[in-house]
Amino acid sequence: MLLDIADLWVIYDRIQAVRGVDLQVAEGEIVTLIGANGAGKSSILRAISGLQPLAQGTIRFAGQDLAKWPPQIRAQRGIAHVPEGRGIFGSLTVQENLRLAAYGRRDDQIQADLDRVYALFPRLAERRQQWGSTLSGGEQQMLAVGRALMRRGRLLLLDEPSMGLAPFLVKEIFRIIQDINRQGTTVLLVEQNANQALKIAHRGYVLETGEIILAGASTALLGNPMVRKAYLGH
Amino acid sequence: MSCPVAIALQYLLNALQLGSVYALIALGYSMVYGILTMINFAHGDIFMVGAYLAMWATLFLLGLPLNLPIIFIFLGSLLFTMTLTAALGVSIERLAYRPLRQAPKVSAVITALGVGLFLENFTLATIGPEPRQVPAIIPVQQYSWGGVAFTNVQLLILVVSLILMVLLDTLVRRTLTGMAMRAISYNRVIVPLMGVSVDRIISLTFAIGSAIAGAGGLLYGLAYPVLDPYMGIRIGWWAFIAAVVGGIGNIRGAVLGGYVLGTVEIFTPVLLASSTYRDSVAFSMLLILLIFKPTGLLGRPTVEKV
Ligand SMILES: Nc1ncnc2c1ncn2[C@@H]1O[C@H](COP(=O)(O)OP(=O)(O)OP(=O)(O)O)[C@@H](O)[C@H]1O
Ligand SMILES: [Mg+2]
Repeated sequence: MLLDIADLWVIYDRIQAVRGVDLQVAEGEIVTLIGANGAGKSSILRAISGLQPLAQGTIRFAGQDLAKWPPQIRAQRGIAHVPEGRGIFGSLTVQENLRLAAYGRRDDQIQADLDRVYALFPRLAERRQQWGSTLSGGEQQMLAVGRALMRRGRLLLLDEPSMGLAPFLVKEIFRIIQDINRQGTTVLLVEQNANQALKIAHRGYVLETGEIILAGASTALLGNPMVRKAYLGH
Repeated sequence: MSCPVAIALQYLLNALQLGSVYALIALGYSMVYGILTMINFAHGDIFMVGAYLAMWATLFLLGLPLNLPIIFIFLGSLLFTMTLTAALGVSIERLAYRPLRQAPKVSAVITALGVGLFLENFTLATIGPEPRQVPAIIPVQQYSWGGVAFTNVQLLILVVSLILMVLLDTLVRRTLTGMAMRAISYNRVIVPLMGVSVDRIISLTFAIGSAIAGAGGLLYGLAYPVLDPYMGIRIGWWAFIAAVVGGIGNIRGAVLGGYVLGTVEIFTPVLLASSTYRDSVAFSMLLILLIFKPTGLLGRPTVEKV
Protein backbone atom coordinates (compact mmCIF):
# COMPACT_ATOMS: atom_id res chain seq x y z
CA MET A 1 0.00 0.00 0.00
CA LEU A 2 1.26 3.45 -0.82
CA LEU A 3 -1.00 4.98 1.79
CA ASP A 4 -2.21 3.04 4.78
CA ILE A 5 -4.32 4.77 7.42
CA ALA A 6 -5.32 2.93 10.56
CA ASP A 7 -7.72 4.10 13.26
CA LEU A 8 -7.39 7.79 12.42
CA TRP A 9 -8.97 10.30 14.79
CA VAL A 10 -9.01 14.06 14.23
CA ILE A 11 -10.44 16.19 17.01
CA TYR A 12 -10.99 19.96 17.09
CA ASP A 13 -11.58 21.26 20.59
CA ARG A 14 -14.58 19.07 21.30
CA ILE A 15 -15.69 18.15 17.78
CA GLN A 16 -14.64 14.65 16.77
CA ALA A 17 -14.34 15.28 13.05
CA VAL A 18 -12.77 11.93 12.12
CA ARG A 19 -13.50 8.88 14.23
CA GLY A 20 -11.44 5.78 13.74
CA VAL A 21 -11.04 5.80 9.98
CA ASP A 22 -9.18 3.00 8.17
CA LEU A 23 -8.30 3.76 4.58
CA GLN A 24 -5.86 2.33 2.04
CA VAL A 25 -4.68 3.52 -1.32
CA ALA A 26 -2.54 1.27 -3.49
CA GLU A 27 0.11 2.60 -5.83
CA GLY A 28 -1.43 3.57 -9.16
CA GLU A 29 -5.03 3.84 -7.92
CA ILE A 30 -7.53 6.64 -7.98
CA VAL A 31 -9.53 6.42 -4.78
CA THR A 32 -12.37 8.79 -4.01
CA LEU A 33 -13.73 9.86 -0.67
CA ILE A 34 -17.32 11.05 -0.73
CA GLY A 35 -19.53 12.36 2.01
CA ALA A 36 -21.83 15.22 3.00
CA ASN A 37 -20.65 18.64 4.18
CA GLY A 38 -18.85 18.35 7.48
CA ALA A 39 -18.36 14.59 7.18
CA GLY A 40 -14.61 14.99 7.78
CA LYS A 41 -13.19 14.58 4.26
CA SER A 42 -10.93 17.62 4.32
CA SER A 43 -9.81 16.75 7.84
CA ILE A 44 -8.53 13.39 6.59
CA LEU A 45 -6.57 15.02 3.77
CA ARG A 46 -5.10 17.60 6.14
CA ALA A 47 -4.04 14.84 8.51
CA ILE A 48 -2.25 13.06 5.64
CA SER A 49 -0.36 16.13 4.43
CA GLY A 50 0.38 17.17 7.99
CA LEU A 51 -1.56 20.44 8.17
CA GLN A 52 -3.66 18.93 10.95
CA PRO A 53 -2.21 16.90 13.83
CA LEU A 54 -3.85 13.57 14.56
CA ALA A 55 -5.48 12.83 17.88
CA GLN A 56 -4.88 9.11 17.41
CA GLY A 57 -3.99 6.55 14.79
CA THR A 58 -1.19 5.95 12.31
CA ILE A 59 -0.64 7.04 8.75
CA ARG A 60 1.90 5.12 6.72
CA PHE A 61 3.21 6.34 3.40
CA ALA A 62 5.25 3.90 1.34
CA GLY A 63 5.72 1.87 4.48
CA GLN A 64 6.96 4.76 6.62
CA ASP A 65 5.12 6.14 9.64
CA LEU A 66 4.45 9.81 8.94
CA ALA A 67 4.14 10.84 12.60
CA LYS A 68 7.61 12.37 12.78
CA TRP A 69 7.54 14.15 9.44
CA PRO A 70 6.53 17.82 9.43
CA PRO A 71 4.35 18.84 6.46
CA GLN A 72 7.23 20.23 4.36
CA ILE A 73 9.06 16.90 4.60
CA ARG A 74 5.91 15.04 3.57
CA ALA A 75 5.63 17.37 0.58
CA GLN A 76 9.27 16.81 -0.35
CA ARG A 77 8.94 13.05 -0.07
CA GLY A 78 6.03 12.92 -2.46
CA ILE A 79 2.71 13.97 -0.92
CA ALA A 80 1.09 16.77 -2.92
CA HIS A 81 -2.03 18.35 -1.44
CA VAL A 82 -4.43 20.68 -3.23
CA PRO A 83 -6.17 22.04 -0.16
CA GLU A 84 -9.74 23.19 0.24
CA GLY A 85 -9.90 26.90 -0.57
CA ARG A 86 -6.94 26.52 -2.97
CA GLY A 87 -4.44 28.58 -0.96
CA ILE A 88 -3.05 30.54 -3.90
CA PHE A 89 -0.35 33.04 -2.93
CA GLY A 90 -1.75 36.39 -4.04
CA SER A 91 1.62 38.09 -3.57
CA LEU A 92 3.24 35.80 -6.14
CA THR A 93 2.65 35.73 -9.86
CA VAL A 94 1.11 32.69 -11.49
CA GLN A 95 4.54 31.58 -12.65
CA GLU A 96 6.04 32.11 -9.19
CA ASN A 97 3.25 30.10 -7.57
CA LEU A 98 4.13 27.23 -9.89
CA ARG A 99 7.86 27.64 -9.45
CA LEU A 100 7.64 27.76 -5.66
CA ALA A 101 5.66 24.53 -5.69
CA ALA A 102 8.76 22.82 -7.13
CA TYR A 103 10.82 24.00 -4.15
CA GLY A 104 13.49 21.52 -3.15
CA ARG A 105 13.26 19.52 -6.37
CA ARG A 106 16.71 18.70 -7.67
CA ASP A 107 15.88 17.16 -11.03
CA ASP A 108 16.11 18.98 -14.34
CA GLN A 109 12.47 18.51 -15.32
CA ILE A 110 11.15 21.68 -13.69
CA GLN A 111 10.96 23.69 -16.89
CA ALA A 112 9.39 20.76 -18.71
CA ASP A 113 6.76 20.45 -15.99
CA LEU A 114 6.03 24.18 -16.21
CA ASP A 115 5.45 23.77 -19.91
CA ARG A 116 3.22 20.79 -19.25
CA VAL A 117 1.08 22.76 -16.78
CA TYR A 118 0.77 25.63 -19.26
CA ALA A 119 -0.18 23.17 -21.97
CA LEU A 120 -2.88 21.69 -19.75
CA PHE A 121 -4.18 25.13 -18.70
CA PRO A 122 -3.65 27.66 -21.47
CA ARG A 123 -5.47 30.26 -19.37
CA LEU A 124 -2.63 30.09 -16.87
CA ALA A 125 -0.07 30.48 -19.64
CA GLU A 126 -1.71 33.74 -20.72
CA ARG A 127 -1.63 34.98 -17.15
CA ARG A 128 1.80 33.83 -16.08
CA GLN A 129 2.97 37.30 -15.00
CA GLN A 130 -0.30 38.20 -13.28
CA TRP A 131 -0.55 38.34 -9.46
CA GLY A 132 -2.22 35.29 -7.96
CA SER A 133 -4.68 37.55 -6.17
CA THR A 134 -6.10 38.79 -9.47
CA LEU A 135 -7.16 35.36 -10.76
CA SER A 136 -10.79 34.34 -10.93
CA GLY A 137 -11.95 31.51 -8.70
CA GLY A 138 -11.78 28.95 -11.49
CA GLU A 139 -8.33 30.12 -12.57
CA GLN A 140 -7.15 29.81 -8.98
CA GLN A 141 -8.44 26.26 -8.95
CA MET A 142 -6.42 25.49 -12.10
CA LEU A 143 -3.36 27.06 -10.53
CA ALA A 144 -3.81 24.98 -7.38
CA VAL A 145 -3.91 21.80 -9.46
CA GLY A 146 -0.97 23.06 -11.50
CA ARG A 147 1.05 23.59 -8.34
CA ALA A 148 0.40 20.03 -7.23
CA LEU A 149 1.70 18.84 -10.62
CA MET A 150 4.85 20.90 -10.12
CA ARG A 151 5.45 19.03 -6.86
CA ARG A 152 5.54 15.78 -8.81
CA GLY A 153 4.21 13.87 -5.86
CA ARG A 154 3.75 10.14 -5.77
CA LEU A 155 0.45 10.71 -4.02
CA LEU A 156 -1.87 13.51 -5.03
CA LEU A 157 -4.50 14.64 -2.51
CA LEU A 158 -7.23 16.62 -4.23
CA ASP A 159 -9.84 18.45 -2.17
CA GLU A 160 -12.79 19.24 -4.44
CA PRO A 161 -10.77 20.16 -7.52
CA SER A 162 -13.91 20.74 -9.60
CA MET A 163 -15.35 23.29 -7.22
CA GLY A 164 -16.27 26.55 -8.90
CA LEU A 165 -15.40 25.40 -12.40
CA ALA A 166 -17.67 25.74 -15.41
CA PRO A 167 -19.19 22.41 -16.54
CA PHE A 168 -16.88 21.93 -19.50
CA LEU A 169 -13.89 22.62 -17.25
CA VAL A 170 -15.15 20.10 -14.74
CA LYS A 171 -15.01 17.45 -17.44
CA GLU A 172 -11.59 18.73 -18.40
CA ILE A 173 -10.26 18.55 -14.85
CA PHE A 174 -11.47 14.98 -14.39
CA ARG A 175 -9.81 14.07 -17.67
CA ILE A 176 -6.58 15.68 -16.43
CA ILE A 177 -6.76 13.74 -13.17
CA GLN A 178 -7.05 10.52 -15.16
CA ASP A 179 -4.10 11.55 -17.30
CA ILE A 180 -1.94 12.30 -14.30
CA ASN A 181 -2.91 8.97 -12.83
CA ARG A 182 -2.01 7.10 -16.02
CA GLN A 183 1.38 8.76 -15.94
CA GLY A 184 1.99 7.12 -12.59
CA THR A 185 0.60 9.35 -9.83
CA THR A 186 -1.65 7.84 -7.20
CA VAL A 187 -4.71 9.98 -6.42
CA LEU A 188 -6.94 10.39 -3.38
CA LEU A 189 -9.86 12.50 -4.53
CA VAL A 190 -12.41 14.25 -2.34
CA GLU A 191 -15.45 15.38 -4.31
CA GLN A 192 -18.96 16.75 -3.93
CA ASN A 193 -19.44 15.65 -7.49
CA ALA A 194 -19.77 11.99 -6.48
CA ASN A 195 -21.01 10.85 -9.84
CA GLN A 196 -18.02 12.14 -11.78
CA ALA A 197 -15.60 11.10 -9.06
CA LEU A 198 -16.84 7.52 -8.97
CA LYS A 199 -16.68 7.36 -12.76
CA ILE A 200 -12.94 7.96 -12.83
CA ALA A 201 -12.03 6.28 -9.52
CA HIS A 202 -11.10 2.66 -9.08
CA ARG A 203 -12.46 2.49 -5.56
CA GLY A 204 -14.36 4.69 -3.16
CA TYR A 205 -15.11 5.29 0.49
CA VAL A 206 -18.28 6.86 1.86
CA LEU A 207 -17.80 8.95 4.96
CA GLU A 208 -20.58 9.95 7.34
CA THR A 209 -20.00 12.09 10.45
CA GLY A 210 -16.40 11.03 10.69
CA GLU A 211 -16.85 7.31 10.05
CA ILE A 212 -16.49 5.14 6.98
CA ILE A 213 -19.87 3.59 6.40
CA LEU A 214 -19.21 2.02 3.03
CA ALA A 215 -16.24 1.08 0.89
CA GLY A 216 -15.81 -0.75 -2.37
CA ALA A 217 -15.17 -0.68 -6.08
CA SER A 218 -16.55 2.40 -7.81
CA THR A 219 -18.88 0.38 -9.98
CA ALA A 220 -20.36 -1.26 -6.89
CA LEU A 221 -20.82 2.10 -5.17
CA LEU A 222 -22.38 3.61 -8.29
CA GLY A 223 -24.92 0.79 -8.22
CA ASN A 224 -25.55 0.91 -4.48
CA PRO A 225 -29.11 2.15 -3.79
CA MET A 226 -28.10 4.01 -0.62
CA VAL A 227 -25.27 5.84 -2.42
CA ARG A 228 -27.54 6.62 -5.38
CA LYS A 229 -30.13 8.14 -3.08
CA ALA A 230 -27.82 10.10 -0.76
CA TYR A 231 -25.00 11.22 -3.08
CA LEU A 232 -26.10 10.85 -6.65
CA GLY A 233 -29.56 12.33 -6.24
CA HIS A 234 -31.56 9.54 -7.80
CA MET B 1 29.73 77.58 -1.56
CA SER B 2 27.62 80.67 -1.89
CA CYS B 3 25.33 79.43 -4.63
CA PRO B 4 22.03 78.33 -2.99
CA VAL B 5 21.70 75.39 -5.34
CA ALA B 6 25.11 74.14 -4.31
CA ILE B 7 24.17 74.53 -0.66
CA ALA B 8 20.94 72.64 -1.18
CA LEU B 9 22.84 69.88 -2.98
CA GLN B 10 25.27 69.78 -0.12
CA TYR B 11 22.46 69.15 2.34
CA LEU B 12 20.89 66.65 0.02
CA LEU B 13 24.11 64.68 -0.02
CA ASN B 14 24.13 64.63 3.77
CA ALA B 15 20.48 63.57 3.72
CA LEU B 16 21.28 60.70 1.36
CA GLN B 17 24.11 59.58 3.58
CA LEU B 18 22.00 59.52 6.73
CA GLY B 19 19.02 58.18 4.78
CA SER B 20 21.11 55.25 3.58
CA VAL B 21 21.72 54.18 7.16
CA TYR B 22 18.04 54.57 8.03
CA ALA B 23 17.09 52.62 4.94
CA LEU B 24 19.42 49.75 5.78
CA ILE B 25 17.87 49.44 9.23
CA ALA B 26 14.32 50.01 8.01
CA LEU B 27 14.72 47.01 5.70
CA GLY B 28 15.04 44.70 8.69
CA TYR B 29 11.93 46.06 10.40
CA SER B 30 10.05 45.69 7.17
CA MET B 31 11.18 42.16 6.35
CA VAL B 32 10.38 40.82 9.79
CA TYR B 33 7.03 42.56 9.81
CA GLY B 34 6.26 41.21 6.36
CA ILE B 35 6.87 37.65 7.38
CA LEU B 36 5.66 37.60 11.00
CA THR B 37 3.48 40.75 11.27
CA MET B 38 5.56 41.62 14.28
CA ILE B 39 7.68 44.68 15.06
CA ASN B 40 11.13 43.54 16.10
CA PHE B 41 11.87 46.33 18.56
CA ALA B 42 15.30 44.86 19.26
CA HIS B 43 16.36 45.63 15.70
CA GLY B 44 17.81 49.08 16.49
CA ASP B 45 19.98 47.45 19.12
CA ILE B 46 21.23 44.87 16.65
CA PHE B 47 22.37 47.86 14.61
CA MET B 48 24.16 49.20 17.70
CA VAL B 49 25.88 45.85 18.31
CA GLY B 50 26.90 45.88 14.64
CA ALA B 51 28.53 49.28 15.04
CA TYR B 52 30.61 48.01 17.97
CA LEU B 53 31.52 44.77 16.22
CA ALA B 54 32.69 46.75 13.22
CA MET B 55 34.78 48.97 15.47
CA TRP B 56 36.50 45.96 17.02
CA ALA B 57 37.05 44.24 13.72
CA THR B 58 38.63 47.39 12.33
CA LEU B 59 40.84 47.91 15.38
CA PHE B 60 41.94 44.29 15.18
CA LEU B 61 42.73 44.39 11.48
CA LEU B 62 44.49 47.74 11.77
CA GLY B 63 46.53 46.41 14.68
CA LEU B 64 47.87 43.45 12.73
CA PRO B 65 51.47 43.99 11.68
CA LEU B 66 50.61 43.19 8.10
CA ASN B 67 49.88 46.59 6.66
CA LEU B 68 46.73 45.30 5.01
CA PRO B 69 45.26 47.27 2.16
CA ILE B 70 42.36 49.54 3.15
CA ILE B 71 39.87 47.73 0.97
CA PHE B 72 40.73 44.48 2.70
CA ILE B 73 40.23 46.01 6.15
CA PHE B 74 36.91 47.47 5.09
CA LEU B 75 35.59 44.28 3.50
CA GLY B 76 36.95 42.13 6.32
CA SER B 77 35.20 44.26 8.94
CA LEU B 78 32.02 44.27 6.88
CA LEU B 79 32.00 40.49 6.51
CA PHE B 80 32.78 39.94 10.20
CA THR B 81 30.07 42.36 11.32
CA MET B 82 27.40 41.04 8.99
CA THR B 83 28.12 37.42 9.92
CA LEU B 84 27.93 38.06 13.66
CA THR B 85 24.85 40.27 13.54
CA ALA B 86 23.17 37.65 11.35
CA ALA B 87 23.95 35.04 14.01
CA LEU B 88 22.66 37.39 16.70
CA GLY B 89 19.38 38.00 14.85
CA VAL B 90 18.86 34.29 14.21
CA SER B 91 19.55 33.46 17.87
CA ILE B 92 17.13 36.11 19.08
CA GLU B 93 14.38 34.71 16.87
CA ARG B 94 15.12 31.15 17.93
CA LEU B 95 15.34 31.78 21.66
CA ALA B 96 12.94 34.66 22.22
CA TYR B 97 10.37 34.90 19.43
CA ARG B 98 9.84 31.36 18.13
CA PRO B 99 8.51 29.97 21.42
CA LEU B 100 5.92 32.77 21.36
CA ARG B 101 4.83 32.39 17.76
CA GLN B 102 1.40 31.04 18.67
CA ALA B 103 1.00 33.50 21.56
CA PRO B 104 -0.79 36.86 21.16
CA LYS B 105 1.22 39.44 19.19
CA VAL B 106 1.60 41.67 22.21
CA SER B 107 3.70 39.03 24.00
CA ALA B 108 6.19 38.99 21.15
CA VAL B 109 6.35 42.79 21.07
CA ILE B 110 7.02 42.99 24.81
CA THR B 111 9.66 40.28 24.45
CA ALA B 112 11.27 42.26 21.63
CA LEU B 113 11.44 45.34 23.87
CA GLY B 114 12.99 43.13 26.55
CA VAL B 115 15.60 41.76 24.16
CA GLY B 116 16.44 45.33 23.15
CA LEU B 117 16.91 46.33 26.78
CA PHE B 118 19.07 43.28 27.29
CA LEU B 119 21.34 44.17 24.38
CA GLU B 120 21.67 47.76 25.60
CA ASN B 121 22.47 46.78 29.15
CA PHE B 122 24.77 43.97 28.15
CA THR B 123 26.76 46.43 26.06
CA LEU B 124 26.65 48.92 28.91
CA ALA B 125 27.91 46.34 31.40
CA THR B 126 30.66 44.94 29.24
CA ILE B 127 31.89 48.04 27.45
CA GLY B 128 30.75 50.84 29.68
CA PRO B 129 28.71 53.96 29.10
CA GLU B 130 31.45 56.20 27.77
CA PRO B 131 31.22 56.90 24.04
CA ARG B 132 33.78 55.10 21.90
CA GLN B 133 35.68 56.62 19.04
CA VAL B 134 35.68 54.55 15.86
CA PRO B 135 39.11 54.40 14.22
CA ALA B 136 39.20 55.83 10.73
CA ILE B 137 39.68 52.94 8.32
CA ILE B 138 39.76 55.23 5.40
CA PRO B 139 41.77 58.43 5.25
CA VAL B 140 39.13 61.03 4.46
CA GLN B 141 39.60 62.82 1.18
CA GLN B 142 37.65 65.90 0.27
CA TYR B 143 36.47 66.46 -3.25
CA SER B 144 34.56 69.33 -4.71
CA TRP B 145 32.36 69.36 -7.72
CA GLY B 146 30.57 72.51 -8.82
CA GLY B 147 30.75 73.98 -5.35
CA VAL B 148 29.44 70.81 -3.67
CA ALA B 149 31.93 69.26 -1.28
CA PHE B 150 31.92 65.54 -0.66
CA THR B 151 34.24 62.91 0.74
CA ASN B 152 35.27 59.45 -0.30
CA VAL B 153 33.58 58.14 2.87
CA GLN B 154 30.25 59.63 1.84
CA LEU B 155 30.52 58.04 -1.57
CA LEU B 156 31.44 54.72 -0.05
CA ILE B 157 28.41 54.79 2.24
CA LEU B 158 26.06 55.62 -0.62
CA VAL B 159 27.49 52.99 -2.93
CA VAL B 160 27.71 50.15 -0.40
CA SER B 161 24.16 50.83 0.81
CA LEU B 162 22.90 50.86 -2.74
CA ILE B 163 24.62 47.57 -3.53
CA LEU B 164 23.09 45.91 -0.45
CA MET B 165 19.63 47.25 -1.29
CA VAL B 166 19.79 46.06 -4.89
CA LEU B 167 20.99 42.63 -3.76
CA LEU B 168 18.17 42.34 -1.26
CA ASP B 169 15.58 43.54 -3.74
CA THR B 170 16.80 40.97 -6.24
CA LEU B 171 16.71 38.25 -3.62
CA VAL B 172 13.12 39.01 -2.68
CA ARG B 173 11.90 39.42 -6.24
CA ARG B 174 13.87 36.85 -8.16
CA THR B 175 14.90 33.91 -5.98
CA LEU B 176 13.00 30.95 -4.60
CA THR B 177 13.84 32.12 -1.09
CA GLY B 178 12.28 35.47 -1.88
CA MET B 179 9.19 33.78 -3.27
CA ALA B 180 8.95 31.72 -0.10
CA MET B 181 9.21 34.89 2.00
CA ARG B 182 6.43 36.57 0.06
CA ALA B 183 4.34 33.40 0.23
CA ILE B 184 4.73 33.20 4.01
CA SER B 185 3.66 36.78 4.41
CA TYR B 186 0.54 36.04 2.35
CA ASN B 187 -0.56 32.67 3.73
CA ARG B 188 1.81 30.92 6.06
CA VAL B 189 -0.35 27.83 6.60
CA ILE B 190 -0.14 26.66 2.99
CA VAL B 191 3.61 27.20 2.55
CA PRO B 192 4.76 23.81 3.95
CA LEU B 193 2.68 22.11 1.24
CA MET B 194 5.19 23.56 -1.24
CA GLY B 195 7.96 21.66 0.53
CA VAL B 196 9.22 24.82 2.21
CA SER B 197 10.23 24.92 5.86
CA VAL B 198 8.65 28.06 7.28
CA ASP B 199 11.05 28.07 10.22
CA ARG B 200 14.02 28.00 7.90
CA ILE B 201 12.76 30.94 5.86
CA ILE B 202 12.01 32.92 9.02
CA SER B 203 15.55 32.26 10.27
CA LEU B 204 16.93 33.40 6.95
CA THR B 205 14.85 36.56 7.11
CA PHE B 206 16.26 37.42 10.51
CA ALA B 207 19.78 36.59 9.33
CA ILE B 208 19.53 38.84 6.30
CA GLY B 209 17.74 41.71 8.07
CA SER B 210 20.24 41.66 10.93
CA ALA B 211 23.26 41.39 8.64
CA ILE B 212 22.08 44.46 6.77
CA ALA B 213 21.56 46.32 10.05
CA GLY B 214 25.11 45.31 11.00
CA ALA B 215 26.38 46.75 7.74
CA GLY B 216 24.41 49.88 8.61
CA GLY B 217 26.26 49.99 11.93
CA LEU B 218 29.61 49.84 10.23
CA LEU B 219 28.72 52.56 7.73
CA TYR B 220 27.25 54.73 10.46
CA GLY B 221 30.51 54.45 12.37
CA LEU B 222 32.42 55.66 9.33
CA ALA B 223 30.30 58.78 9.04
CA TYR B 224 29.55 59.53 12.69
CA PRO B 225 32.44 57.87 14.50
CA VAL B 226 31.21 58.01 18.08
CA LEU B 227 29.36 55.00 19.51
CA ASP B 228 27.41 54.55 22.71
CA PRO B 229 25.22 51.69 23.97
CA TYR B 230 22.01 53.65 23.51
CA MET B 231 22.65 54.80 19.95
CA GLY B 232 20.33 52.08 18.63
CA ILE B 233 17.27 53.52 20.30
CA ARG B 234 16.94 56.85 18.55
CA ILE B 235 18.26 55.61 15.22
CA GLY B 236 16.10 52.51 15.53
CA TRP B 237 13.03 54.67 16.04
CA TRP B 238 13.82 56.79 13.04
CA ALA B 239 14.39 53.73 10.92
CA PHE B 240 11.16 52.21 12.18
CA ILE B 241 9.29 55.37 11.19
CA ALA B 242 11.03 55.15 7.84
CA ALA B 243 9.72 51.62 7.39
CA VAL B 244 6.18 52.68 8.28
CA VAL B 245 6.31 55.78 6.08
CA GLY B 246 7.44 53.66 3.14
CA GLY B 247 4.83 50.98 3.83
CA ILE B 248 5.94 48.39 6.33
CA GLY B 249 6.42 44.98 4.78
CA ASN B 250 7.56 46.54 1.51
CA ILE B 251 11.26 46.43 0.62
CA ARG B 252 11.38 49.37 -1.76
CA GLY B 253 9.13 51.30 0.62
CA ALA B 254 11.66 50.89 3.42
CA VAL B 255 14.39 52.31 1.21
CA LEU B 256 12.23 55.24 0.13
CA GLY B 257 11.19 55.85 3.74
CA GLY B 258 14.83 55.83 4.83
CA TYR B 259 15.73 58.56 2.36
CA VAL B 260 12.61 60.57 3.28
CA LEU B 261 13.52 60.43 6.96
CA GLY B 262 17.14 61.32 6.25
CA THR B 263 15.90 64.34 4.33
CA VAL B 264 13.59 65.37 7.17
CA GLU B 265 16.36 65.07 9.71
CA ILE B 266 18.86 67.10 7.70
CA PHE B 267 16.53 69.76 6.34
CA THR B 268 14.33 70.49 9.36
CA PRO B 269 17.07 72.23 11.38
CA VAL B 270 18.01 74.21 8.30
CA LEU B 271 14.50 75.35 7.49
CA LEU B 272 13.42 75.94 11.08
CA ALA B 273 16.82 77.27 12.16
CA SER B 274 16.78 74.89 15.12
CA SER B 275 17.09 71.16 15.59
CA THR B 276 14.66 71.09 18.54
CA TYR B 277 11.76 70.19 16.28
CA ARG B 278 13.44 67.43 14.34
CA ASP B 279 11.78 64.55 16.10
CA SER B 280 8.40 66.23 16.35
CA VAL B 281 8.48 66.98 12.63
CA ALA B 282 9.27 63.36 11.88
CA PHE B 283 6.52 62.02 14.10
CA SER B 284 3.96 64.57 12.88
CA MET B 285 4.80 63.63 9.34
CA LEU B 286 4.23 60.01 10.17
CA LEU B 287 0.83 60.77 11.71
CA ILE B 288 -0.32 62.93 8.82
CA LEU B 289 0.85 60.38 6.27
CA LEU B 290 -0.88 57.55 8.07
CA ILE B 291 -4.14 59.49 8.16
CA PHE B 292 -4.13 59.88 4.38
CA LYS B 293 -2.31 56.69 3.48
CA PRO B 294 -2.58 54.14 6.27
CA THR B 295 -0.46 51.60 4.38
CA GLY B 296 2.46 54.01 3.83
CA LEU B 297 3.83 55.40 0.58
CA LEU B 298 4.33 52.12 -1.25
CA GLY B 299 2.27 49.78 0.91
CA ARG B 300 -0.19 47.59 -0.94
CA PRO B 301 -0.86 45.14 1.86
CA THR B 302 -2.84 42.53 0.01
CA VAL B 303 -1.00 42.42 -3.28
CA GLU B 304 2.66 42.59 -2.51
CA LYS B 305 4.23 42.16 0.87
CA VAL B 306 7.74 41.58 2.17
N1 LIG C 1 -10.32 24.22 12.34
C1 LIG C 1 -11.46 23.68 12.81
N2 LIG C 1 -11.89 23.98 14.07
C2 LIG C 1 -13.02 23.43 14.55
N3 LIG C 1 -13.80 22.59 13.87
C3 LIG C 1 -13.42 22.27 12.62
C4 LIG C 1 -12.25 22.79 12.03
N4 LIG C 1 -12.13 22.30 10.79
C5 LIG C 1 -13.18 21.48 10.60
N5 LIG C 1 -13.97 21.46 11.71
C6 LIG C 1 -15.19 20.68 11.88
O1 LIG C 1 -14.89 19.34 11.61
C7 LIG C 1 -15.93 18.73 10.88
C8 LIG C 1 -15.38 18.12 9.60
O2 LIG C 1 -14.89 19.17 8.77
P1 LIG C 1 -14.24 18.89 7.35
O3 LIG C 1 -13.78 20.18 6.82
O4 LIG C 1 -13.26 17.80 7.47
O5 LIG C 1 -15.51 18.38 6.52
P2 LIG C 1 -15.68 18.09 4.98
O6 LIG C 1 -16.16 16.71 4.87
O7 LIG C 1 -14.47 18.45 4.24
O8 LIG C 1 -16.86 19.08 4.60
P3 LIG C 1 -17.11 19.92 3.25
O9 LIG C 1 -17.68 18.97 2.27
O10 LIG C 1 -18.11 20.93 3.66
O11 LIG C 1 -15.81 20.51 2.83
C9 LIG C 1 -16.96 19.81 10.65
O12 LIG C 1 -17.99 19.64 11.58
C10 LIG C 1 -16.24 21.09 10.90
O13 LIG C 1 -17.10 22.06 11.44
MG1 LIG D 1 -14.00 19.86 2.88
